[in-house]
Amino acid sequence: MTDVFRALADESRRSLLDALFARGGQSLGELSAGLPTMSRQAVTKHLAILEAANLVSVRWRGREKLHYLNPVPIGEIVRRWVGKFEDARIEALTDFKAQVEETEKRRA
Amino acid sequence: MPERAPDFVYVIYVAAEPATVWNALIDRKLTQAYWGHFNVSDWKRGSRWEHVRSDGGGAVDLVGRVLEIDPPRRMTLSWAWPKDEADADLHTKVTFEIELVGPQSRLTVTHSDLVAGSDMDRGIRGGWPAVLSNMKSLIEAGRVMTPEIWAHP
Repeated sequence: MTDVFRALADESRRSLLDALFARGGQSLGELSAGLPTMSRQAVTKHLAILEAANLVSVRWRGREKLHYLNPVPIGEIVRRWVGKFEDARIEALTDFKAQVEETEKRRA
Repeated sequence: MPERAPDFVYVIYVAAEPATVWNALIDRKLTQAYWGHFNVSDWKRGSRWEHVRSDGGGAVDLVGRVLEIDPPRRMTLSWAWPKDEADADLHTKVTFEIELVGPQSRLTVTHSDLVAGSDMDRGIRGGWPAVLSNMKSLIEAGRVMTPEIWAHP
């Protein structure tokens, strides 16, 4: 969680997240072109910090690295102080095989 | 030709083995607890799957096919509203990938072939982050958000 706050505590990095919120799947070149006040080197550095904090997820398409906004860690922070929780301890996790068998039994 | 890039790529780290995370995607009790739905299928390539409300009413909210399945690492489902089942152009695609990264599993959910601005596009933007963090919370801490978050309009 500390990583997330640290990553968000920078205007340039928030601008990068805004750009990815507006359009996911952008390459380094596209992001740099859209943020002319930032050097390509700075964009690279900020993306690495965002990726380490799991706020940016990546996909490779051939040799091109595409970047996406990953809001999941922010959601986790929000959940911590918003909303109510209830206990849902599950006694045992069934395994995949048992699950399939159960489904087939239900069908039969 | 390279595949079209996905529309969304969600990543969550869960302190559990890949098999546990995999089971959380398909297990009835678990999906009921953190997703408010059962994912019903025999989980074979080509089989149908349904996303069924677990409130007892049995309403089917999503349908599709198992396009690819390789437990406990990778699964691709087609993903559509029941009303769009006959129209393949409106089917979206969801891929789950589970990798072990140190002591944790990294679950990556990619959602592709969404029509920008559609109800599905809008729905999943809030939906996936909530579903994934609820799953993590269930597996790691045995607690989930109270079911109001799944209220259907």
